[in-house]
Amino acid sequence: MKAPAFEYVRPGSLGEAFALLAEYGDEARLLAGGQTLLATLNMRLSEPAMLIDINDIAELHGIQLQGNVLRINAMARHSQIEHSPLVAQHAPLLTMAASHIGHRAIRNRGTWGGSIAYADPAGEWPACALALDAEIIVGSAAGERRIPAADFYVDLYTTTLAADEIVLACELPVRTPDRFHGFEELSRRHGDYAIVGLACNARCGGQNMPIRDARLALLGVCATPVRARRAEAFLEGKAPTEDVISEAAAVLQAELDGERAPLADLTNSPATKRHLAAVLLRRVVGGMADGMASATQNTAGAAH
Amino acid sequence: MSGTHTIHLTVNGEFRRCEVDARQHLVDFLRDDLELKGSHLGCEHGVCGACTVRLDGEIVRGCLVLAVQADGKTVETIEGLTESGAMRDLQEIFLRRNALQCGFCTSGMLMAAAELIETQPDATREEVRLWISGNFCRCTGYHAIVDAICEVLRAQKLAPKGVSA
Repeated sequence: MKAPAFEYVRPGSLGEAFALLAEYGDEARLLAGGQTLLATLNMRLSEPAMLIDINDIAELHGIQLQGNVLRINAMARHSQIEHSPLVAQHAPLLTMAASHIGHRAIRNRGTWGGSIAYADPAGEWPACALALDAEIIVGSAAGERRIPAADFYVDLYTTTLAADEIVLACELPVRTPDRFHGFEELSRRHGDYAIVGLACNARCGGQNMPIRDARLALLGVCATPVRARRAEAFLEGKAPTEDVISEAAAVLQAELDGERAPLADLTNSPATKRHLAAVLLRRVVGGMADGMASATQNTAGAAH
Repeated sequence: MSGTHTIHLTVNGEFRRCEVDARQHLVDFLRDDLELKGSHLGCEHGVCGACTVRLDGEIVRGCLVLAVQADGKTVETIEGLTESGAMRDLQEIFLRRNALQCGFCTSGMLMAAAELIETQPDATREEVRLWISGNFCRCTGYHAIVDAICEVLRAQKLAPKGVSA
């Protein structure tokens, strides 16, 4: 189908974009990479009166290392993140996750900020932001504010972003050498929507070393990305042995029940997703046994 | 800001000045306004890959970019890329290996494959499969397509400056 009629404007500065957003309010949609928005327009699932194209706003582009913080600006494309040496060095979780996002032509266009703001429950970036304790920086004519990823995601496709605000960037603490990053995802076909995915960020030095401060962020399970707090607590101080990993998988399965029961999708029941989440936990925590080498190897593999 | 916009862009090396509707996507513009019928329109929501074209040198879904967004940019379609380099090699080997039947997916498949050959010369067979996972073919079962792309990669390695040099 064809998109409905709309007005289109491409501001050259953030100030202009803020003013347009304030003027048009709910009638306007921001156009970043457009890989979701333009599909929904073509299918007439959405009929905004105005598209505000933010592709020409220079300060929204790029990836920068600022001291011990990696700043990923909103218009960084998925493929730029996938191939960024800065990201591979300081946030290898993102390098691993990037190749799971759609396909090459989609990754060349889709953006970090668009994915963060759209809050698709099966999206890779929101779960990674949660696992990495990202701060999401949003702006409006009134100024900027910083929101921890843990407070940003409220419900299905719902964030704390106000109608007049734009996601400007995220800041991530850079990975220290004692931190393990791991990412696994299951989908019917590579690049399809995730059934379940798991982003992991933990301190662990290897096979017989205790796991500390683990963050296990699941995607595709609940209405928002979620931390598996009970499985994380279970792993605290334990080495990633086979027995520990099996018990952690059981803890995760128990955790994903009742209020935290996974949401079914068209082909997968809550029970299937619960099982698959445990499969991914086994793979990711199993990877910790090889320590940092595993993270490095995964990074290299994903970067091809 | 009205419904119609004037855009300036370069399409297959030729500078153009055109009027487009805001709602018109890039592939409708290329096919209907510029009569470049090589890029096909399949699903029109970013799934099938038949509309793959290059925007400023990178492959994109032509149905998920607005024509007005190509203002100031360079667009390349299959019509503009067949004379030399990776694309000519790919076309010759696709033909020889029967890597196309109805041909509907072929231009998009070639656009995707050419970017792989130019950016990932060491790609393995598995990586070729992942790369073209965003391009649907309902005829060939993909094996002949993967074979053809792998053959171009091998030939490129044997002759580092390109088999067509």
